[in-house]
Amino acid sequence: MNSSQEPSSENLTSGPGGRREFLRAAGLAGLALSVGTGLSACSEGGNSLVAPSLTARRAIVNGNNITLDFSMDIDVLNYAYALEQLEAAFYINVVTNASFGAIFSANEQRILNDLRDHEVVHRDFFKAALGTAAIPGLTPNFSSITFSDRMSVLSTAQTFEDLGVAAYNGAAQYIKRQDYLTVAGKIVSVEARHAAAIRGVLNGNRTGSFAPQAFDPALPPPQVLSSASSFIMQSITAINT
Amino acid sequence: MNTHKPILHALEASDPQLTESLVDHAISRRSALMKGAGASASLGMAMRLGSVPVALAAFASDAFGQSRLPAVVNNVLNFALVLEYLESQFYIRGVASGVVPPADMEIFTTIRDHEIAHVAYLRDALGPRARPSPTFDFTAGNGSNNGPYADVFTNYATFKAVAQAFEDTGVRAYKGQAPALQSYSNKAILTAALTIHSVEARHASEIRRLRGDFTDTEPFYEGWITESRNNIPGADAVYAGEDNVVHLGINVPSITPVSSKEITEAFDEPLTQAQVLAIVDPFIV
Repeated sequence: MNSSQEPSSENLTSGPGGRREFLRAAGLAGLALSVGTGLSACSEGGNSLVAPSLTARRAIVNGNNITLDFSMDIDVLNYAYALEQLEAAFYINVVTNASFGAIFSANEQRILNDLRDHEVVHRDFFKAALGTAAIPGLTPNFSSITFSDRMSVLSTAQTFEDLGVAAYNGAAQYIKRQDYLTVAGKIVSVEARHAAAIRGVLNGNRTGSFAPQAFDPALPPPQVLSSASSFIMQSITAINT
Repeated sequence: MNTHKPILHALEASDPQLTESLVDHAISRRSALMKGAGASASLGMAMRLGSVPVALAAFASDAFGQSRLPAVVNNVLNFALVLEYLESQFYIRGVASGVVPPADMEIFTTIRDHEIAHVAYLRDALGPRARPSPTFDFTAGNGSNNGPYADVFTNYATFKAVAQAFEDTGVRAYKGQAPALQSYSNKAILTAALTIHSVEARHASEIRRLRGDFTDTEPFYEGWITESRNNIPGADAVYAGEDNVVHLGINVPSITPVSSKEITEAFDEPLTQAQVLAIVDPFIV
């Protein structure tokens, strides 16, 4: 294989310092708001941080009811932000549970700690990218999960990772901006890497479990939100899908 | 296969002129003979696997109404087809060669069958515009069969390393083409490509972990890519740019407490067609 230059991606996401990207990000992202988000469990509550009247281009938040309009790129990103919040909160609970060191091997702990890190990165990234257009911090409902039980954790992890892959695959068709599509693509393949690893741990590394189909599912947003709804206190509705 | 017949007719009736593309340039100077073994295995496997995702079915029905696929879509699908030919024939040979130990066979037959299904899908979608397979030299010797991976089918470590490079390249290749497919009004084809893209990422994760005997160890033997690190000789181009931490103009280390190393793991990076073709060029006769 030849050595080559780093990806130029000139028609995709411009690299660091790209002027247009910088200007756009400066307008879109409320960076200061996101600093210090930290690794604390996702417990920012369901209070509305964004008044619907402030801008037309943001999710409609009415108490605990959030409406995501898939005709707007911003809300497709909010959809991703919601799912990443859920995943990050889940893995934070997993790795901070008192039983974590007892029920998982050192190898499994490394994997789960990495997944926690990656999902926190995704969550913080979308929060920063959305700035004031971001939906509020969601309140997870993990009452159906026994965090001290290995199988409960791993099977939920598999569900979340496979759901995440299917969610991104199904949401891509709504994205209008190229750079948003590309960044979704940068993340979905990492979710797929996670899904494969968790499936291996749960079902056997030397089996075909890591990729059960030649084509992954692409699920419509309402179906994904329905699957996720029992894990989120707020009610999230997709429109214009 | 009856459901696909009208599509073929529609495409046959359309303008046969193929747009010049990077793929054409890369392949036209090579022998363009279809590999008989790969092609027939491909069709048989597609029949056996049978299922076509909903998104693909939607694409097929819409394609019937189109006079032709846009040139940009043909270009992307033929680009992807070259990679899928490469991967499918690599695993067909690898599985048949005896290089894979029995304990690991299910991993590679699974991947092989997926790549064969991808070839079959792309060939169906392209119809008469599907390009034939190049002839491959999996030693990366440009046809000498004595390239840097000369022992690829006799040394399991080499086989796994090349497999990882192919899978991680495939992920980056599909990712890089998503914006081109986004421009086509029929989004089902974008969705279909993405449902392949994430499967390639699953493959990559599995092979990376297998190379570490499922002792997940940073930076080489985890399912994800740390910085642009790799321990595959000659594969630096496969991982170039994977250490990027700026996305949508946001310098991610400034907005999260997670370390930069893990940030690079959390995002995979695209490659352009030219970058991908430079990577696979030594494997094409």
